[in-house]
Amino acid sequence: MKYSTWSQEAALAVLATLREEKGAVLVALQALQKEFGYVHKEDVTLVANFFNKSRADVHGVLTFYHDLLTEAPADNQISICVAEACQAVGSRQLEKDVKAKFGKEVHDGYCFGNCALGPSAMVNGAIIGRASVEKIAQVRI
Amino acid sequence: MKIYVPGDSAAISVGADDVAAAIAHKVSGATIIRNGSRGALWLEPMVEVETEKGRVAYGPVSVEDIDSLIAADFMHGGAHALALGESEKIEWLASQDRVTFKRVGIIDPLSLTDYEAHGGLVGLRRAISLSSEAIIDEVKESGVRGRGGAGFPAGIKWKTVADAVSDQKYICCNADEGDSGTFADRMLIEGDPFTLIEGMTIAAIAVGATEGIVYLRSEYPYAIKTLQKAIDIAHAFGWLGSSVLGSKHAFELKIRVGAGSYVCGEETAMLESIEGKRGVVRAKPPLPALEGLFGQPTVINNVLTLSTIPAVLADGAPAYKARGVARSLGTQVFQLAGNIKRGGIVEKPFGISIEEIVNGYGGGTLSGAPLRAVQVGGPLGAYFGRDKFETSLDYESMLAAGGMLGHGGIVVFDESVDLAQQARFAMAFCALESCGKCTPCRIGSTRGVETIDLIIQGVKVDENKKLLLDLCEVMTDGSLCAMGGLTPMPVKSAMINFPEDFTGEVSRR
Repeated sequence: MKYSTWSQEAALAVLATLREEKGAVLVALQALQKEFGYVHKEDVTLVANFFNKSRADVHGVLTFYHDLLTEAPADNQISICVAEACQAVGSRQLEKDVKAKFGKEVHDGYCFGNCALGPSAMVNGAIIGRASVEKIAQVRI
Repeated sequence: MKIYVPGDSAAISVGADDVAAAIAHKVSGATIIRNGSRGALWLEPMVEVETEKGRVAYGPVSVEDIDSLIAADFMHGGAHALALGESEKIEWLASQDRVTFKRVGIIDPLSLTDYEAHGGLVGLRRAISLSSEAIIDEVKESGVRGRGGAGFPAGIKWKTVADAVSDQKYICCNADEGDSGTFADRMLIEGDPFTLIEGMTIAAIAVGATEGIVYLRSEYPYAIKTLQKAIDIAHAFGWLGSSVLGSKHAFELKIRVGAGSYVCGEETAMLESIEGKRGVVRAKPPLPALEGLFGQPTVINNVLTLSTIPAVLADGAPAYKARGVARSLGTQVFQLAGNIKRGGIVEKPFGISIEEIVNGYGGGTLSGAPLRAVQVGGPLGAYFGRDKFETSLDYESMLAAGGMLGHGGIVVFDESVDLAQQARFAMAFCALESCGKCTPCRIGSTRGVETIDLIIQGVKVDENKKLLLDLCEVMTDGSLCAMGGLTPMPVKSAMINFPEDFTGEVSRR
């Protein structure tokens, strides 16, 4: 497993590293997700108490950002860029094909800054240019 | 023997890591340098070898080509089908005027020795010897304008922050390059990160700031890694920290990683995000220059703006402003993207035409089908047809033509594009990414999608087109920031320049 098992102690240990950080609620949620794969329900209260914020504040941040997840992610994370430059080279069709094949692993991405070599995809953090279903299948674990 | 294999993520996306590994495995005695990309992205992975006559290039190289390259003695510049000749003489690159990007692709991005050998730190050292006023005067005099899209003169912004009285001031670099078709910020950070650090340090000295933050998007994991390494190296060197290069100035720099929100590229939403809150846009005034990050005076500049400053300080304002046209001085780093044969970075003085960039450098469409439209300036920029190709690419001419230059991205579409669908996407994207603070953007974008859908379906087409234009006017005039305020630009320009796509499904081609 690439993620640690969640426990209150482990979550608090992550937060403890951010005690000195100014305005750290978003950073804290990102750090918890990196450690445990997603932000657990209990984390909202922990983060709120730790930084002396309301739970509503933390919930607001958690639900604003696309990157933050509240459920365990699939083993493979596939993002297909569906923004304009990739649309111009067929990303709409690629997105359909990849979704048909890999279903819930696939999310829409909005630009990986690889706009001259599209369509682009990000698979488990690795960037793929001139992407195709075959290329993506090769990188999946 | 030095062999350069770009470690830029665009090059990696088409196999540069595998090529580097194969060369390391098969060529004994080779020192492999992972440079940035020179920006001719259609030639990536472009492998360069240091020879007696200088660097010689081959590309695009795949792992399968390595054996034949070795057989052709590419280590000494031997002839091969992929040979491109001396790197400095590749016409596409040689004809450019590289200022901001002068070191990108040439140096080892994380070698300070390389950086200094290619003119790095000259600007900062000069800045340290100058007064705050003198630095700001030089920047003002150069005419450098904000490269993020708004084009606000950098020197005037700096002056406002310098004049503000406060114990704590900040330099924030906006590296939330979310616009589709733009990738110059990413390539600069991956290919020459010290330039950005130098620009930020100069800004800090000029305005009296001691803390800097780079807000870098999570979609750029490679850039995050490179910049963090560069910051650590600069620290160890005594550049960042309590005494910048032995001077009385202190400057600390850190990265804050974004979390997948487009609107956080808007400067006030970015500040909220750095403060750990929802990326909701703030009303202006107060200007961030006076009440910015944590309520303190803050310089917010784009990556390219800050990365241009070292050259301005090193070579002087007159050299910089000798380039360009009218009030658009210096160079612009154009990014050529989408359905394009020769895409990448083209840095030229302002005033070059769309035609020269798209058909000259770009060589037309990748598909070979006729080019139908370009979108200039990102998702909030206008769609133009070929009749607008003589437009000069500078801030004022683009405005006059009903568009904007934005961050300098140009996305090319061939004849298969449906502009009604593109207009719909602009509204849908706005609905997805709106921060929700103001009504025209939050509600207008959703109504925009619905109205365009009716037009596409052929329902009361004329009536709905009128309604859509009215909605666009409300969004333009009534939105708090550029997200809602400029979303009408792609929509309206598509309707005006490509009316044949807005006639309803039945009569469409």
